Amino acid sequence: MQRNNLRKWLLSVGAAAVVALPMPSWAQLTKYDLETRMGMEAHAGNLTGHAKDAKADYRRYCVGCHGELGDGNGENFPWIDPKPRNFQLGVFKCRSTPTGTLPTDEDLFDSIARGFDRSNMPQWSTFTKQERLDLVAWVKHFSPRWTGEKPGTPITIPPEPEVTAERIKAGRDVFARVQCWKCHGVLGLGDGPSAATLTDDLGRPIAPFNFAEGARPKCGDSDRDIYRIFMTGLDGTPMPSFADNIKPDEAWDLVFYLRTLMSQHSKEKAMAKQLGLKPVDPNAPVGQP
Amino acid sequence: MSKRNNFVAVLSAVVLLCCGALMLNQKVSAAGEGKISGTVKLDGAAPHMKGIDMSKDPYCSKAHASDPGHLETYVVGADGGMENVVLYISEGYTGPATTVTTEPVFDQKNCMYTPHVLALDVDQKFKVTTSDQTTHNIHPLPNPMTGNIPWNQSQPPGAAAVEKSWKAAEVIPVQCNIHPWMHGWFVVVKGPYATTDSKGAYAISGVPPGSYTLTAWQEAAGTQTQKVTVAAGGAGTANFTFKAK
Repeated sequence: MQRNNLRKWLLSVGAAAVVALPMPSWAQLTKYDLETRMGMEAHAGNLTGHAKDAKADYRRYCVGCHGELGDGNGENFPWIDPKPRNFQLGVFKCRSTPTGTLPTDEDLFDSIARGFDRSNMPQWSTFTKQERLDLVAWVKHFSPRWTGEKPGTPITIPPEPEVTAERIKAGRDVFARVQCWKCHGVLGLGDGPSAATLTDDLGRPIAPFNFAEGARPKCGDSDRDIYRIFMTGLDGTPMPSFADNIKPDEAWDLVFYLRTLMSQHSKEKAMAKQLGLKPVDPNAPVGQP
Repeated sequence: MSKRNNFVAVLSAVVLLCCGALMLNQKVSAAGEGKISGTVKLDGAAPHMKGIDMSKDPYCSKAHASDPGHLETYVVGADGGMENVVLYISEGYTGPATTVTTEPVFDQKNCMYTPHVLALDVDQKFKVTTSDQTTHNIHPLPNPMTGNIPWNQSQPPGAAAVEKSWKAAEVIPVQCNIHPWMHGWFVVVKGPYATTDSKGAYAISGVPPGSYTLTAWQEAAGTQTQKVTVAAGGAGTANFTFKAK
Protein backbone atom coordinates (compact mmCIF):
# COMPACT_ATOMS: atom_id res chain seq x y z
CA MET A 1 0.00 0.00 0.00
CA GLN A 2 2.76 2.40 1.05
CA ARG A 3 4.74 1.54 -2.01
CA ASN A 4 1.72 2.06 -4.25
CA ASN A 5 1.23 5.51 -2.84
CA LEU A 6 4.86 6.30 -3.42
CA ARG A 7 4.56 5.11 -7.01
CA LYS A 8 1.51 7.30 -7.55
CA TRP A 9 3.30 10.24 -6.09
CA LEU A 10 6.35 9.65 -8.26
CA LEU A 11 4.12 9.34 -11.31
CA SER A 12 2.33 12.60 -10.62
CA VAL A 13 5.62 14.39 -10.02
CA GLY A 14 6.90 12.95 -13.28
CA ALA A 15 3.75 14.04 -15.08
CA ALA A 16 4.04 17.52 -13.60
CA ALA A 17 7.63 17.71 -14.80
CA VAL A 18 6.60 16.69 -18.32
CA VAL A 19 3.82 19.27 -18.32
CA ALA A 20 6.12 21.95 -16.97
CA LEU A 21 8.96 21.34 -19.43
CA PRO A 22 7.35 22.48 -22.68
CA MET A 23 6.23 25.76 -21.10
CA PRO A 24 7.84 28.76 -22.80
CA SER A 25 11.09 29.55 -21.07
CA TRP A 26 14.33 31.30 -21.85
CA ALA A 27 16.30 28.56 -23.59
CA GLN A 28 19.21 27.80 -21.29
CA LEU A 29 22.61 28.25 -22.80
CA THR A 30 25.31 25.95 -21.51
CA LYS A 31 29.10 26.13 -21.47
CA TYR A 32 29.05 23.35 -24.02
CA ASP A 33 27.06 25.50 -26.51
CA LEU A 34 29.58 28.26 -26.02
CA GLU A 35 32.54 25.94 -26.64
CA THR A 36 31.11 25.09 -30.04
CA ARG A 37 31.03 28.77 -30.98
CA MET A 38 34.59 29.56 -29.94
CA GLY A 39 35.52 30.08 -33.60
CA MET A 40 33.43 33.29 -33.77
CA GLU A 41 35.16 36.19 -35.50
CA ALA A 42 34.63 39.95 -35.71
CA HIS A 43 35.84 42.29 -38.42
CA ALA A 44 36.62 46.00 -38.41
CA GLY A 45 38.82 47.66 -41.01
CA ASN A 46 41.57 45.17 -41.78
CA LEU A 47 41.58 43.68 -38.29
CA THR A 48 40.01 40.33 -37.36
CA GLY A 49 38.92 39.58 -33.82
CA HIS A 50 38.88 36.03 -32.45
CA ALA A 51 36.56 35.02 -29.63
CA LYS A 52 39.02 32.51 -28.15
CA ASP A 53 41.63 35.28 -27.67
CA ALA A 54 39.23 37.34 -25.51
CA LYS A 55 38.56 34.64 -22.92
CA ALA A 56 41.08 35.96 -20.37
CA ASP A 57 40.10 39.62 -20.82
CA TYR A 58 36.40 38.82 -20.46
CA ARG A 59 37.00 36.80 -17.29
CA ARG A 60 39.10 39.55 -15.81
CA TYR A 61 37.16 42.70 -16.80
CA CYS A 62 33.61 41.84 -17.90
CA VAL A 63 32.41 38.74 -16.09
CA GLY A 64 31.55 40.59 -12.87
CA CYS A 65 28.59 42.29 -14.54
CA HIS A 66 27.84 40.37 -17.73
CA GLY A 67 28.28 36.92 -16.16
CA GLU A 68 30.10 33.80 -17.23
CA LEU A 69 27.37 32.82 -19.69
CA GLY A 70 26.92 36.39 -20.97
CA ASP A 71 23.38 36.58 -19.58
CA GLY A 72 24.01 39.85 -17.73
CA ASN A 73 23.64 38.02 -14.46
CA GLY A 74 27.12 38.58 -13.02
CA GLU A 75 27.68 38.98 -9.30
CA ASN A 76 27.19 42.77 -9.55
CA PHE A 77 23.78 42.40 -11.21
CA PRO A 78 21.66 43.16 -8.11
CA TRP A 79 23.50 46.38 -7.32
CA ILE A 80 23.63 48.21 -10.61
CA ASP A 81 21.13 50.09 -12.76
CA PRO A 82 20.83 50.12 -15.75
CA LYS A 83 21.27 46.34 -15.69
CA PRO A 84 24.14 44.71 -17.61
CA ARG A 85 23.24 43.64 -21.14
CA ASN A 86 22.18 40.02 -21.67
CA PHE A 87 24.32 39.04 -24.66
CA GLN A 88 22.43 35.77 -25.19
CA LEU A 89 19.44 37.67 -26.59
CA GLY A 90 21.48 39.46 -29.26
CA VAL A 91 19.42 42.64 -28.81
CA PHE A 92 21.44 45.88 -28.65
CA LYS A 93 20.63 49.56 -28.14
CA CYS A 94 23.43 51.22 -30.07
CA ARG A 95 23.30 50.18 -33.71
CA SER A 96 23.84 51.72 -37.13
CA THR A 97 21.35 49.12 -38.44
CA PRO A 98 17.52 49.22 -38.57
CA THR A 99 15.35 48.15 -35.62
CA GLY A 100 15.01 44.37 -35.27
CA THR A 101 18.40 43.64 -36.87
CA LEU A 102 21.82 42.71 -35.48
CA PRO A 103 24.37 45.50 -35.05
CA THR A 104 27.55 45.50 -37.11
CA ASP A 105 30.87 44.46 -35.57
CA GLU A 106 31.93 48.14 -35.73
CA ASP A 107 28.85 49.12 -33.69
CA LEU A 108 29.88 46.78 -30.85
CA PHE A 109 33.52 47.82 -31.24
CA ASP A 110 32.50 51.48 -30.79
CA SER A 111 30.22 50.68 -27.84
CA ILE A 112 33.05 49.01 -25.90
CA ALA A 113 35.32 52.03 -26.43
CA ARG A 114 32.60 54.62 -25.76
CA GLY A 115 31.08 53.02 -22.69
CA PHE A 116 27.61 54.05 -21.61
CA ASP A 117 27.16 57.38 -19.89
CA ARG A 118 25.12 57.18 -16.66
CA SER A 119 25.68 53.42 -16.36
CA ASN A 120 28.33 51.15 -14.83
CA MET A 121 29.85 50.46 -18.26
CA PRO A 122 33.04 52.54 -18.45
CA GLN A 123 35.00 53.53 -21.53
CA TRP A 124 37.33 50.63 -22.28
CA SER A 125 39.88 52.74 -24.09
CA THR A 126 42.64 50.87 -22.23
CA PHE A 127 42.28 47.90 -24.58
CA THR A 128 44.18 47.83 -27.85
CA LYS A 129 42.03 47.74 -30.98
CA GLN A 130 42.88 44.07 -31.41
CA GLU A 131 41.84 43.24 -27.85
CA ARG A 132 38.61 45.16 -28.27
CA LEU A 133 37.76 43.38 -31.51
CA ASP A 134 38.50 40.02 -29.87
CA LEU A 135 35.98 41.01 -27.17
CA VAL A 136 33.42 41.87 -29.88
CA ALA A 137 33.81 38.33 -31.23
CA TRP A 138 33.44 37.04 -27.66
CA VAL A 139 30.25 39.06 -27.12
CA LYS A 140 28.87 37.64 -30.39
CA HIS A 141 29.59 34.04 -29.41
CA PHE A 142 26.98 34.24 -26.62
CA SER A 143 24.01 34.57 -28.99
CA PRO A 144 22.87 31.95 -31.51
CA ARG A 145 21.61 34.83 -33.67
CA TRP A 146 25.10 35.39 -35.07
CA THR A 147 25.34 31.86 -36.43
CA GLY A 148 22.12 32.07 -38.45
CA GLU A 149 21.67 35.77 -39.18
CA LYS A 150 23.58 38.60 -40.80
CA PRO A 151 23.78 42.12 -39.33
CA GLY A 152 21.37 44.66 -40.82
CA THR A 153 22.48 47.08 -43.52
CA PRO A 154 23.59 50.32 -41.83
CA ILE A 155 21.23 53.23 -42.46
CA THR A 156 22.42 55.91 -44.88
CA ILE A 157 23.19 59.23 -43.22
CA PRO A 158 23.46 62.10 -45.71
CA PRO A 159 26.20 64.71 -45.13
CA GLU A 160 25.34 67.18 -42.38
CA PRO A 161 23.92 70.41 -43.82
CA GLU A 162 24.64 73.92 -42.58
CA VAL A 163 22.62 74.94 -39.50
CA THR A 164 20.11 77.69 -40.27
CA ALA A 165 17.30 79.30 -38.29
CA GLU A 166 14.81 77.73 -40.76
CA ARG A 167 16.22 74.28 -40.10
CA ILE A 168 15.96 74.70 -36.34
CA LYS A 169 12.32 75.82 -36.70
CA ALA A 170 11.63 72.91 -39.06
CA GLY A 171 13.20 70.57 -36.51
CA ARG A 172 10.82 71.90 -33.88
CA ASP A 173 7.93 71.03 -36.22
CA VAL A 174 9.25 67.45 -36.53
CA PHE A 175 9.56 67.24 -32.73
CA ALA A 176 5.88 68.27 -32.51
CA ARG A 177 4.64 66.10 -35.39
CA VAL A 178 6.14 62.77 -34.31
CA GLN A 179 5.44 63.72 -30.68
CA CYS A 180 8.88 63.19 -29.14
CA TRP A 181 7.48 65.15 -26.18
CA LYS A 182 5.13 62.28 -25.22
CA CYS A 183 8.11 60.77 -23.38
CA HIS A 184 10.88 63.39 -23.50
CA GLY A 185 8.68 66.37 -22.52
CA VAL A 186 8.26 69.65 -24.40
CA LEU A 187 11.52 71.00 -22.92
CA GLY A 188 13.33 67.67 -23.30
CA LEU A 189 13.50 67.16 -19.54
CA GLY A 190 12.41 63.52 -19.82
CA ASP A 191 9.12 64.38 -18.12
CA GLY A 192 6.52 63.82 -20.87
CA PRO A 193 3.08 62.41 -20.01
CA SER A 194 4.21 58.82 -20.80
CA ALA A 195 7.60 59.07 -19.06
CA ALA A 196 6.61 57.61 -15.71
CA THR A 197 5.26 54.29 -16.98
CA LEU A 198 8.06 53.33 -19.41
CA THR A 199 9.59 49.87 -19.08
CA ASP A 200 12.29 48.06 -21.05
CA ASP A 201 11.77 44.76 -22.90
CA LEU A 202 12.30 42.82 -19.67
CA GLY A 203 9.69 44.89 -17.82
CA ARG A 204 12.13 46.97 -15.78
CA PRO A 205 11.41 50.71 -15.31
CA ILE A 206 13.43 52.95 -17.61
CA ALA A 207 13.60 56.74 -17.92
CA PRO A 208 13.56 58.70 -21.18
CA PHE A 209 16.65 60.77 -21.98
CA ASN A 210 16.78 64.16 -20.24
CA PHE A 211 18.36 66.50 -22.77
CA ALA A 212 18.81 69.34 -20.30
CA GLU A 213 20.84 67.73 -17.52
CA GLY A 214 24.13 67.86 -19.39
CA ALA A 215 24.42 64.09 -19.87
CA ARG A 216 25.75 62.50 -23.03
CA PRO A 217 23.35 60.25 -24.94
CA LYS A 218 24.24 56.59 -24.33
CA CYS A 219 24.88 55.84 -28.00
CA GLY A 220 27.21 58.79 -28.62
CA ASP A 221 26.98 62.57 -28.64
CA SER A 222 28.09 63.60 -32.12
CA ASP A 223 25.44 64.98 -34.49
CA ARG A 224 25.63 61.78 -36.51
CA ASP A 225 25.16 59.69 -33.35
CA ILE A 226 21.99 61.62 -32.45
CA TYR A 227 20.69 61.24 -36.02
CA ARG A 228 21.34 57.49 -35.78
CA ILE A 229 19.66 57.12 -32.39
CA PHE A 230 16.16 58.17 -33.49
CA MET A 231 16.42 56.68 -36.98
CA THR A 232 17.35 53.18 -35.74
CA GLY A 233 15.65 53.19 -32.34
CA LEU A 234 17.27 51.74 -29.23
CA ASP A 235 16.21 48.07 -29.33
CA GLY A 236 15.28 46.58 -25.98
CA THR A 237 13.99 49.98 -24.77
CA PRO A 238 10.77 51.97 -25.41
CA MET A 239 12.65 54.23 -27.89
CA PRO A 240 11.26 53.29 -31.32
CA SER A 241 12.72 53.76 -34.78
CA PHE A 242 11.43 56.81 -36.66
CA ALA A 243 13.02 55.76 -39.97
CA ASP A 244 9.64 55.34 -41.69
CA ASN A 245 8.30 58.68 -40.54
CA ILE A 246 11.16 61.18 -40.65
CA LYS A 247 12.84 61.94 -44.01
CA PRO A 248 16.67 62.17 -44.01
CA ASP A 249 16.64 65.95 -44.52
CA GLU A 250 14.06 66.43 -41.74
CA ALA A 251 16.18 64.21 -39.51
CA TRP A 252 19.02 66.74 -39.65
CA ASP A 253 16.51 69.50 -38.75
CA LEU A 254 15.49 67.46 -35.71
CA VAL A 255 19.14 66.94 -34.68
CA PHE A 256 19.60 70.73 -34.74
CA TYR A 257 16.46 71.30 -32.69
CA LEU A 258 17.50 68.65 -30.12
CA ARG A 259 20.80 70.55 -29.69
CA THR A 260 18.77 73.60 -28.58
CA LEU A 261 17.26 71.51 -25.76
CA MET A 262 20.67 70.39 -24.47
CA SER A 263 22.35 72.34 -21.71
CA GLN A 264 25.72 72.35 -23.47
CA HIS A 265 26.57 75.51 -25.42
CA SER A 266 26.07 75.12 -29.15
CA LYS A 267 25.56 77.17 -32.26
CA GLU A 268 21.99 75.85 -32.40
CA LYS A 269 21.26 76.92 -28.83
CA ALA A 270 22.47 80.44 -29.50
CA MET A 271 20.40 80.68 -32.68
CA ALA A 272 17.27 79.42 -30.92
CA LYS A 273 17.75 82.03 -28.19
CA GLN A 274 18.06 84.76 -30.80
CA LEU A 275 14.93 83.46 -32.54
CA GLY A 276 13.03 83.43 -29.26
CA LEU A 277 11.99 79.87 -30.10
CA LYS A 278 9.23 78.60 -27.80
CA PRO A 279 8.71 74.97 -26.80
CA VAL A 280 6.08 72.97 -28.72
CA ASP A 281 2.49 73.13 -27.51
CA PRO A 282 1.32 69.63 -26.49
CA ASN A 283 -2.33 70.73 -26.83
CA ALA A 284 -1.97 72.02 -30.40
CA PRO A 285 -4.17 70.17 -32.90
CA VAL A 286 -2.26 67.55 -34.87
CA GLY A 287 -0.42 69.01 -37.86
CA GLN A 288 -0.24 72.52 -36.35
CA PRO A 289 2.75 72.72 -34.04
CA MET B 1 28.39 -9.01 -47.33
CA SER B 2 24.90 -10.39 -47.74
CA LYS B 3 24.00 -8.84 -44.40
CA ARG B 4 25.00 -5.44 -45.69
CA ASN B 5 23.02 -6.02 -48.89
CA ASN B 6 19.99 -6.92 -46.82
CA PHE B 7 20.40 -3.78 -44.83
CA VAL B 8 20.63 -1.64 -47.98
CA ALA B 9 17.53 -3.34 -49.39
CA VAL B 10 15.53 -2.72 -46.24
CA LEU B 11 16.75 0.87 -46.06
CA SER B 12 15.77 1.65 -49.66
CA ALA B 13 12.36 -0.02 -49.10
CA VAL B 14 11.81 2.21 -46.07
CA VAL B 15 12.88 5.33 -47.97
CA LEU B 16 10.57 4.39 -50.88
CA LEU B 17 7.69 3.78 -48.50
CA CYS B 18 8.26 7.09 -46.80
CA CYS B 19 8.35 8.93 -50.14
CA GLY B 20 5.21 7.12 -51.18
CA ALA B 21 3.48 8.02 -47.96
CA LEU B 22 4.47 11.66 -48.37
CA MET B 23 3.19 11.79 -51.95
CA LEU B 24 0.01 9.97 -51.00
CA ASN B 25 -0.53 12.38 -48.18
CA GLN B 26 -0.30 15.32 -50.56
CA LYS B 27 -2.73 13.67 -52.96
CA VAL B 28 -5.21 13.07 -50.19
CA SER B 29 -5.05 16.65 -49.00
CA ALA B 30 -5.75 17.85 -52.53
CA ALA B 31 -8.69 15.43 -52.74
CA GLY B 32 -10.94 17.25 -50.31
CA GLU B 33 -10.13 19.60 -47.51
CA GLY B 34 -12.42 19.62 -44.54
CA LYS B 35 -12.96 22.00 -41.69
CA ILE B 36 -13.11 22.09 -37.92
CA SER B 37 -15.66 24.28 -36.21
CA GLY B 38 -17.24 24.82 -32.82
CA THR B 39 -17.69 27.32 -30.05
CA VAL B 40 -15.67 28.40 -27.04
CA LYS B 41 -17.58 29.32 -23.90
CA LEU B 42 -16.81 30.57 -20.44
CA ASP B 43 -18.16 28.59 -17.50
CA GLY B 44 -19.64 31.00 -14.97
CA ALA B 45 -19.88 34.75 -14.78
CA ALA B 46 -17.59 36.89 -16.90
CA PRO B 47 -14.86 38.52 -14.74
CA HIS B 48 -15.13 42.26 -14.30
CA MET B 49 -12.87 44.11 -16.71
CA LYS B 50 -11.31 47.22 -15.17
CA GLY B 51 -11.78 50.55 -16.89
CA ILE B 52 -8.75 52.32 -18.37
CA ASP B 53 -7.74 55.83 -17.34
CA MET B 54 -6.65 57.46 -20.60
CA SER B 55 -6.42 61.00 -19.21
CA LYS B 56 -2.68 60.96 -19.90
CA ASP B 57 -3.47 61.53 -23.56
CA PRO B 58 -6.44 63.87 -24.20
CA TYR B 59 -6.87 62.46 -27.72
CA CYS B 60 -7.44 58.96 -26.31
CA SER B 61 -9.81 60.01 -23.52
CA LYS B 62 -11.81 62.11 -26.00
CA ALA B 63 -12.12 59.13 -28.35
CA HIS B 64 -13.59 57.14 -25.45
CA ALA B 65 -15.80 59.94 -24.09
CA SER B 66 -19.04 58.05 -24.69
CA ASP B 67 -17.66 54.50 -24.50
CA PRO B 68 -15.02 54.23 -21.75
CA GLY B 69 -12.21 51.88 -22.56
CA HIS B 70 -11.70 48.78 -20.46
CA LEU B 71 -9.28 45.86 -20.36
CA GLU B 72 -9.91 43.04 -22.86
CA THR B 73 -8.40 40.10 -20.99
CA TYR B 74 -11.80 38.37 -21.15
CA VAL B 75 -14.29 39.41 -23.85
CA VAL B 76 -17.43 37.40 -23.17
CA GLY B 77 -20.77 37.63 -25.00
CA ALA B 78 -24.26 37.38 -23.47
CA ASP B 79 -24.43 33.58 -23.96
CA GLY B 80 -20.95 33.00 -22.52
CA GLY B 81 -19.19 32.91 -25.91
CA MET B 82 -15.54 33.91 -25.59
CA GLU B 83 -14.02 36.23 -28.17
CA ASN B 84 -10.30 36.33 -29.09
CA VAL B 85 -9.61 32.64 -28.48
CA VAL B 86 -7.14 31.22 -31.01
CA LEU B 87 -7.66 27.65 -32.25
CA TYR B 88 -4.93 25.82 -34.09
CA ILE B 89 -3.76 22.32 -34.85
CA SER B 90 -0.97 21.50 -32.43
CA GLU B 91 -0.40 17.86 -33.46
CA GLY B 92 -0.98 15.81 -36.58
CA TYR B 93 -0.77 18.51 -39.22
CA THR B 94 1.73 17.65 -41.97
CA GLY B 95 0.65 20.05 -44.70
CA PRO B 96 2.64 23.06 -45.87
CA ALA B 97 4.01 25.28 -43.09
CA THR B 98 2.39 28.38 -44.49
CA THR B 99 -1.18 28.00 -45.63
CA VAL B 100 -2.72 31.46 -45.51
CA THR B 101 -2.10 34.09 -48.15
CA THR B 102 -4.36 36.85 -46.87
CA GLU B 103 -2.68 39.79 -45.16
CA PRO B 104 -4.44 40.59 -41.89
CA VAL B 105 -4.38 44.09 -40.40
CA PHE B 106 -3.54 45.02 -36.82
CA ASP B 107 -4.93 48.53 -36.33
CA GLN B 108 -4.31 51.10 -33.62
CA LYS B 109 -7.69 52.72 -33.18
CA ASN B 110 -8.90 54.97 -30.36
CA CYS B 111 -5.73 54.01 -28.46
CA MET B 112 -6.64 50.30 -28.43
CA TYR B 113 -5.56 47.39 -30.64
CA THR B 114 -8.09 46.13 -33.18
CA PRO B 115 -8.16 43.16 -33.05
CA HIS B 116 -6.88 42.62 -29.54
CA VAL B 117 -5.54 39.20 -30.61
CA LEU B 118 -4.17 38.58 -34.10
CA ALA B 119 -3.54 34.96 -35.03
CA LEU B 120 -0.93 34.41 -37.75
CA ASP B 121 0.72 31.59 -39.61
CA VAL B 122 4.51 31.34 -39.53
CA ASP B 123 5.92 33.65 -42.26
CA GLN B 124 2.47 35.11 -42.95
CA LYS B 125 2.71 38.80 -43.76
CA PHE B 126 0.59 41.23 -41.77
CA LYS B 127 0.16 44.99 -41.62
CA VAL B 128 0.24 47.31 -38.64
CA THR B 129 -1.78 50.46 -39.29
CA THR B 130 -2.83 53.50 -37.26
CA SER B 131 -6.21 55.26 -37.42
CA ASP B 132 -5.30 57.63 -34.58
CA GLN B 133 -4.30 61.26 -34.46
CA THR B 134 -1.73 60.57 -31.75
CA THR B 135 1.69 58.95 -31.97
CA HIS B 136 1.96 55.25 -31.12
CA ASN B 137 4.98 53.00 -31.00
CA ILE B 138 4.35 49.43 -32.00
CA HIS B 139 6.62 47.25 -29.90
CA PRO B 140 6.21 43.44 -30.01
CA LEU B 141 8.16 41.51 -27.37
CA PRO B 142 9.02 38.04 -28.68
CA ASN B 143 11.64 35.88 -27.00
CA PRO B 144 14.69 36.40 -29.27
CA MET B 145 15.75 32.78 -28.53
CA THR B 146 12.87 31.49 -30.67
CA GLY B 147 14.16 33.17 -33.81
CA ASN B 148 11.58 35.96 -33.65
CA ILE B 149 13.38 39.24 -33.22
CA PRO B 150 11.87 42.16 -31.27
CA TRP B 151 11.53 45.51 -33.05
CA ASN B 152 10.04 48.87 -32.14
CA GLN B 153 8.69 51.38 -34.65
CA SER B 154 6.92 54.69 -34.22
CA GLN B 155 3.65 55.47 -35.98
CA PRO B 156 2.77 59.17 -35.76
CA PRO B 157 -0.63 60.33 -37.13
CA GLY B 158 -0.97 59.47 -40.82
CA ALA B 159 2.00 57.08 -40.77
CA ALA B 160 2.17 54.44 -43.50
CA ALA B 161 1.42 50.80 -42.63
CA VAL B 162 4.28 48.67 -41.33
CA GLU B 163 4.47 45.23 -43.00
CA LYS B 164 6.03 42.38 -41.04
CA SER B 165 5.99 38.61 -40.48
CA TRP B 166 7.25 36.19 -37.82
CA LYS B 167 9.73 33.35 -38.36
CA ALA B 168 8.68 30.99 -35.58
CA ALA B 169 5.53 29.84 -33.77
CA GLU B 170 5.22 31.84 -30.55
CA VAL B 171 2.70 33.81 -28.51
CA ILE B 172 4.06 37.35 -28.74
CA PRO B 173 2.82 40.18 -26.51
CA VAL B 174 2.70 43.60 -28.17
CA GLN B 175 2.62 46.95 -26.44
CA CYS B 176 2.72 50.69 -26.94
CA ASN B 177 5.14 52.35 -24.52
CA ILE B 178 3.51 55.76 -25.00
CA HIS B 179 0.08 54.40 -23.98
CA PRO B 180 0.92 51.73 -21.40
CA TRP B 181 -2.62 50.33 -21.32
CA MET B 182 -2.35 49.27 -24.96
CA HIS B 183 -1.65 45.59 -24.86
CA GLY B 184 -2.34 42.96 -27.52
CA TRP B 185 -1.11 39.63 -28.86
CA PHE B 186 0.33 38.13 -32.01
CA VAL B 187 -0.37 34.40 -31.79
CA VAL B 188 1.91 32.78 -34.36
CA VAL B 189 1.10 29.13 -35.14
CA LYS B 190 2.07 26.57 -37.79
CA GLY B 191 -0.70 25.68 -40.20
CA PRO B 192 -4.44 26.43 -40.28
CA TYR B 193 -5.98 28.45 -37.45
CA ALA B 194 -9.06 30.47 -36.50
CA THR B 195 -10.00 33.09 -33.93
CA THR B 196 -13.37 33.10 -32.18
CA ASP B 197 -15.89 35.85 -32.93
CA SER B 198 -18.07 37.76 -30.46
CA LYS B 199 -20.29 34.67 -30.03
CA GLY B 200 -17.32 32.40 -29.35
CA ALA B 201 -17.77 30.64 -32.70
CA TYR B 202 -14.89 29.61 -34.94
CA ALA B 203 -14.26 27.63 -38.12
CA ILE B 204 -10.87 26.44 -39.35
CA SER B 205 -11.02 25.72 -43.05
CA GLY B 206 -8.49 24.08 -45.34
CA VAL B 207 -7.87 21.14 -43.00
CA PRO B 208 -6.68 17.98 -44.80
CA PRO B 209 -8.42 14.76 -43.67
CA GLY B 210 -6.80 13.21 -40.62
CA SER B 211 -6.73 12.97 -36.86
CA TYR B 212 -5.54 16.01 -35.02
CA THR B 213 -4.97 17.56 -31.65
CA LEU B 214 -6.66 20.94 -31.58
CA THR B 215 -5.48 23.57 -29.12
CA ALA B 216 -7.54 26.51 -27.89
CA TRP B 217 -5.48 29.43 -26.51
CA GLN B 218 -6.90 32.21 -24.38
CA GLU B 219 -4.56 34.90 -23.03
CA ALA B 220 -5.56 34.52 -19.37
CA ALA B 221 -7.46 31.23 -19.10
CA GLY B 222 -4.62 29.27 -20.71
CA THR B 223 -4.83 26.42 -23.22
CA GLN B 224 -6.99 23.34 -23.70
CA THR B 225 -6.68 20.52 -26.21
CA GLN B 226 -9.07 18.09 -27.88
CA LYS B 227 -8.73 15.26 -30.39
CA VAL B 228 -10.60 15.88 -33.63
CA THR B 229 -10.97 13.70 -36.71
CA VAL B 230 -11.72 15.20 -40.10
CA ALA B 231 -12.91 12.99 -42.96
CA ALA B 232 -12.14 13.86 -46.59
CA GLY B 233 -14.27 16.88 -47.41
CA GLY B 234 -15.95 16.53 -44.03
CA ALA B 235 -16.22 18.57 -40.90
CA GLY B 236 -14.97 17.99 -37.37
CA THR B 237 -16.46 19.61 -34.30
CA ALA B 238 -14.75 20.67 -31.11
CA ASN B 239 -16.35 22.79 -28.40
CA PHE B 240 -14.35 24.16 -25.49
CA THR B 241 -15.34 25.47 -22.08
CA PHE B 242 -12.93 27.60 -20.06
CA LYS B 243 -13.05 28.65 -16.44
CA ALA B 244 -11.98 32.18 -15.65
CA LYS B 245 -8.70 32.41 -13.71
